[in-house]
Amino acid sequence: MSRHIISILLENEAGALSRVSGLFSARAYNIESLTVAPTEDPSMSRMTIVTTGSEDVVEQITKQLNKLVEVVKVVDLSGAEHIEREMMLIKVRAGAKEREDMKRMADIFRARVIDVSDNTYTIELTGDGRKLDAFIQALDQGAILETVRTGASGIGRGNRILRV
Amino acid sequence: MDRVKGVELTGAEIVVRCLQEEGVEYVFGYPGGAVLFIYDELFKQDKVKHVLVRHEQGAAHAADGYSRSSNKVGVCLVTSGPGVTNAVTGIATAYMDSIPMVVLTGQVPTAAIGLDAFQEVDAVGITRPCVKHNFLVKNVKDLAGTIKKAFYLAQTGRPGPVLVDIPKDVTIQSCEFAYPEAVSMRSYNPVRKGHAGQLRKAAQLLLGAQRPMIYTGGGVILSDAARQLGEIVRLLGFPCTSTLMGLGGYPASDPQFLGMLGMHGTYEANMAMQSCDVLLAIGARFDDRVIGNPAHFAQNPRKIIHIDIDPSSISKRVRVDVPIVGHVPDVLRDLSKLLAAEGGKPDIGSWWKQIEQWRARDCLKYDRNSKIIKPQFVIEKLYEVTQGDAFVTSDVGQHQMWAAQFYKFEKPRRWINSGGLGTMGFGLPAAMGVQLVNPGATVACVTGESSIQMCLQELSTCKQYRLPIKIVNLNNKYMGMVRQWQQFFHGNRYSESYMDALPDFVKLAEGYGHRGVLIDKPADVEPALRDAFKRKDDLVFMDFLTDQTENVYPMVPGGKGISEMILAEDL
Repeated sequence: MSRHIISILLENEAGALSRVSGLFSARAYNIESLTVAPTEDPSMSRMTIVTTGSEDVVEQITKQLNKLVEVVKVVDLSGAEHIEREMMLIKVRAGAKEREDMKRMADIFRARVIDVSDNTYTIELTGDGRKLDAFIQALDQGAILETVRTGASGIGRGNRILRV
Repeated sequence: MDRVKGVELTGAEIVVRCLQEEGVEYVFGYPGGAVLFIYDELFKQDKVKHVLVRHEQGAAHAADGYSRSSNKVGVCLVTSGPGVTNAVTGIATAYMDSIPMVVLTGQVPTAAIGLDAFQEVDAVGITRPCVKHNFLVKNVKDLAGTIKKAFYLAQTGRPGPVLVDIPKDVTIQSCEFAYPEAVSMRSYNPVRKGHAGQLRKAAQLLLGAQRPMIYTGGGVILSDAARQLGEIVRLLGFPCTSTLMGLGGYPASDPQFLGMLGMHGTYEANMAMQSCDVLLAIGARFDDRVIGNPAHFAQNPRKIIHIDIDPSSISKRVRVDVPIVGHVPDVLRDLSKLLAAEGGKPDIGSWWKQIEQWRARDCLKYDRNSKIIKPQFVIEKLYEVTQGDAFVTSDVGQHQMWAAQFYKFEKPRRWINSGGLGTMGFGLPAAMGVQLVNPGATVACVTGESSIQMCLQELSTCKQYRLPIKIVNLNNKYMGMVRQWQQFFHGNRYSESYMDALPDFVKLAEGYGHRGVLIDKPADVEPALRDAFKRKDDLVFMDFLTDQTENVYPMVPGGKGISEMILAEDL
């Protein structure tokens, strides 16, 4: 069992997302995260799925994805050098007492405070999943009010290009 | 109705025009509120004939049988809501066996979608897991292009059912009609030709084989590859077996054919499959009913070459050494050329000797002196009386396996059954489609008293369209296959597998306006069949009272390896 990050180019059509998610549930594949949005060509969407499975299962996942009529291309990014990023918005308690510490912690992780109220900060942090986990670990757990994570987006390094 | 640009047509007119453009001869369907405008257009023309079934499941099975026996796309038309849900079993049946079908479904008007309107169901959502693809048409301008795509998708690549959901208001709106000449989709480009390097590897393996085996499946039938298969089997001189879905792809009477393999396959086919050193799999998918336990199958080392149009069928349950993705007839033609150039067949004399020893076990033998009608005997007589030239549909269970074992199919598209989904109720409506697309042909529906009752209402459709199907009901008063499993694996506890209060099938057939016959003695079997098949214009329901205790042998118990068979002689 290993973690794989799969990139998919698919037609930006109603129902395409449910075909992909339906495939994963129907065949009992895992989904750790799934992100999707249109590309520079609005008729096409780019999806990133993080999944875990044996080599055989991941081979079947890519084959089954390719079989979906709306899927244009599939690549298992984990097969070679790639970059992945995830964005998190985290709202923390930041009253007079905690403000300094919280700001310093955000700076250490190169996070940005994007909203401030009398007693909260909303912090934006981008990185791979482990960095986001580490930031959450580093905070006083009682100070965390809310977290939102996008799930990973991935792209191949250098000349590895996924397009039509 | 000529092809003039600039003609404005309503959505309903467009639907019917598209069917005409596709050369559709029959549509199987059932009207309802959401499709009234389409039915109105059907009424106004006579190119596309409509067959009114008695339940939407029957429409889907009939379209399916129509397609299986002809390689044309089967078409059915049903209304929204229950029309769709009733058809789902038939759609899933076609999907599991990769049958090209276009299913047109009515939908509530676009403005009502999502508001829990009367007879509303999310047709696209409900059928998504059991169609090759589906569409909801929200704009009449997309209608013709979508129907064109549906026909294209259904019959190219690995075939399958495609559903087009059409809201009622779309059938009323109008737009300029132009039927596209061709379809181009950047996301869908099935491969046809096999990879040259893989073909060379395959040829080398085959020519170096000592214990080779050719294993063929439904893909041979679906791609019309029987001729190319015959050429390569004869060229190599190898033994050949077939799955339930592939029967008729290679002539059953040929000595190189070892019969069907799998859970109820022959001893020789299963032993050869387990013991071979090079396996050529063609349009088959190593499913659980075929190779049993994959771990047991893997105990004997062998090299596997797998030809299939669908990459996801390759290395799914069994690791393959030489995958060849492509259209089966094209790949076989190229492979035959390579093999012929290398000259000749390997000497596998000792392998054949071994196979003949296995064959000598005569694993399909049964008691021919029985005082009670043996179901196998009925199928043997059916084969004789129809001279092996009938279209045979079946339902699901023991009778299906006996038909597969004892009716020797010589030609493709003659054996019509629900292999993947195993849908009881398939046989009779499928036979309607078969008879319509093959008028004048002999069509037999082999069934059991339990299966036939699942789509019995279609006897009425048969009357309306004068379909002279011959129903061979192997009536043992049990859900025979369930009873057999209960006997073997559940301590003879026949839980709910016995049907009390069976109808009088003779009277029932007569009630629908057909001829019914009860046969309860072995001596009457052949005369009854002869009499029935002489009646070219009548549907005859033959109710054969058969041995209640008969089992299907050989049998591979669930979870066992395919060489771990229970044979009749073991008991």
